Amino acid sequence: MNKILLLLIMVARRDLVLAMRRRADVLTTLIFFVMVVSLFPLGVGPETDMLRKMAPGVLWVSALLASMLSLGRLFSADYLDGTLEQMLLAPQSLSVLVLGKMAAHWMVSGLPLVLMTPVLGLQFDMPLKAVGVLMLSLLLGTPVLSMIGAIGAALTLGLRGGGVLLSLLVLPLCIPVLIFGTGAVGAVTDGLGYSSHLSLLGALLVLAAVFTPWVAAQALRISME
Amino acid sequence: MRPFEIVGGDYKAAQSVESIVYNPKLVNFRFVFMLEVSNLACSRGDHRLFAGLSFALHSGQVMQIQGANGSGKTSLLRTLCGFIQPDEGKIAWQGVDVRDLAEDYFARVLYLGHLNAIKDELSALENLRISAGLSGIKLNESDAIAALRRMGLKGRERLPVKVLSQGQRRRVALARLLVSDAVLWILDEPLAALDVNAVALIEELLDEHLAKQGMVIFTTHQPLKVAGVEMRSLSLS
Amino acid sequence: MAINWFKYSAPTMFYPLAGKLIPWFAVSSAILFVAGLYLGFVVAPSDATQGEFYRIIYIHVPTSILSMFLYLVMAGYAALGLIFNTRLSAMMASAIAPTGALFSFIALWTGALWGKPMWGTWWVWDARLTSELILLFLYLGFISLHASIDDPRRADRAAALLAIVGSVNVPIIYFSVKWWNTLHQGSTIKFSGTSMQVTMQHAMFTMLAACWLYAAAVVLSRVRSIILERERHTKWIAELSEVQS
Repeated sequence: MNKILLLLIMVARRDLVLAMRRRADVLTTLIFFVMVVSLFPLGVGPETDMLRKMAPGVLWVSALLASMLSLGRLFSADYLDGTLEQMLLAPQSLSVLVLGKMAAHWMVSGLPLVLMTPVLGLQFDMPLKAVGVLMLSLLLGTPVLSMIGAIGAALTLGLRGGGVLLSLLVLPLCIPVLIFGTGAVGAVTDGLGYSSHLSLLGALLVLAAVFTPWVAAQALRISME
Repeated sequence: MRPFEIVGGDYKAAQSVESIVYNPKLVNFRFVFMLEVSNLACSRGDHRLFAGLSFALHSGQVMQIQGANGSGKTSLLRTLCGFIQPDEGKIAWQGVDVRDLAEDYFARVLYLGHLNAIKDELSALENLRISAGLSGIKLNESDAIAALRRMGLKGRERLPVKVLSQGQRRRVALARLLVSDAVLWILDEPLAALDVNAVALIEELLDEHLAKQGMVIFTTHQPLKVAGVEMRSLSLS
Repeated sequence: MAINWFKYSAPTMFYPLAGKLIPWFAVSSAILFVAGLYLGFVVAPSDATQGEFYRIIYIHVPTSILSMFLYLVMAGYAALGLIFNTRLSAMMASAIAPTGALFSFIALWTGALWGKPMWGTWWVWDARLTSELILLFLYLGFISLHASIDDPRRADRAAALLAIVGSVNVPIIYFSVKWWNTLHQGSTIKFSGTSMQVTMQHAMFTMLAACWLYAAAVVLSRVRSIILERERHTKWIAELSEVQS
């Protein structure tokens, strides 16, 4: 058990070190997120009431798109330089390696979005409590996006136009996360309880953490043939 | 390790090891090869690369896969690694299908493909330690540095790999041979981009590995000499 | 006497069998279509509140039922192909996908046609319509993933995995959409009469059977073309009379 945990940490740390040495990639995802969110008021008009109502949906959809943008890179670099072959030959379970990569992907492309949320929430004049719940829902939901996305990334490995195809495959599967995520914020602004939404998101997170690494590992084996 | 398995005979009479030793006729043995490939067939798309391929390899043996470009050398090596599922046939490690062994088999295999599996952004040292970690080996810094120095990379251990030449990058990848505890080495064109000194070094490493009862399967377009053991060859056409 | 079911899982055996079955499915489907449409559009009485507009359910309901059913069948074949490595299962899965997508498209289209006279809008974010839309996306994902991989074996296996992941997700998606819908108090398409008349039921079941038989006929003929294409280099294909002529 301890050995598996060490391996997980090693793989995640490797990906984080690589991401830190290619910082531009991390920043582009974050800038994309901020930009898409800022475009909405320009598209629908500056009425504060409407913006406040739209904010959770806008932020969630933008986070979804931003995470799609960075998913293409999850396995492709390792695929192109042959590291993925070595991972397939690793004497430990491939699922653990995949889980490590998912964790690193979330820390690089999901966590910054969560941390950026308060600033963007202010742009949309969101009440403080709603911002808090939104952050919490993103904190629980964005890891699920990375995990489901990893399956798509593994399936589309090395394909022409893989990026667009990846979004096509993954976006419909992410709809429940979107619904529960925005639902939590909607509930708190309506003065209702939001804990059921968050527990459902948590349940999705647990389910995803149990099943997706194995599925993504199978997808990698299929794609590497 | 089970060097043989019992396939028939009078089990009741052979109740102890001694009884078999004194009367070998009691039991029929079958010699179990470390690696046994039987009736293997593989195709890419519609194209059949090879079929009915059978061979066996035992500890301390080395085999060269020969064949023209596109004859399926790389596909054979990748099939042996378990990346490709064969259309037909079986690959057995100590008599057990490698698909059933899965990770237990992978632990015995070291594969070096056309791609170096090293990251440009990391130093040679980091690359070596990470790839050792992936193969389940905890490699401390001094051992890693010693391995890289033996590969002729003295003074370049901490440079990012992107500043190294093609041959030097290959040497970083080959340093894995020094730190691995795998029994079966599967090497696809290990000599590509290497100079004369490095080729001599690889020959030396192969000799050491074979002397330790290791096994090697490789492809090459350059001459490669192995001392001490007979080099077997398998031709794909 | 034991029947060897696996005998028909080989393309060589399945190809002629499918060829014999297709005309039966096609003809009975055509007859049932005519009968079902006659029952639904002429014989069945008009609805008390919805008038004549409700009659589109004789197309809408069977197509939406089949679009969901076919997705499960497709995922089932995909799983069989992935687990037992049988060529025919994977071919069946990829043959079902376009028909399933067509049915979900028709269901959406007729749903919109129904919505216009009922609520004065083409589209309502009703839980069932939204799920149907997502189902169409899942079908399209399957088809485009299969189409963008050149190696047929990888395409089969990758698309199969996607179909399985999708089928596990379908209930989660359905319940989340339903929940979202009740939260936002959206309108839901409901059949006004609590008890359906017997003629209405007959018309509905006839149409359902007709759609099912149509799907069987089309899928089998598509599987035959896929078999021909995939196995074109084999000897038994070259010996087929329709190939030689």
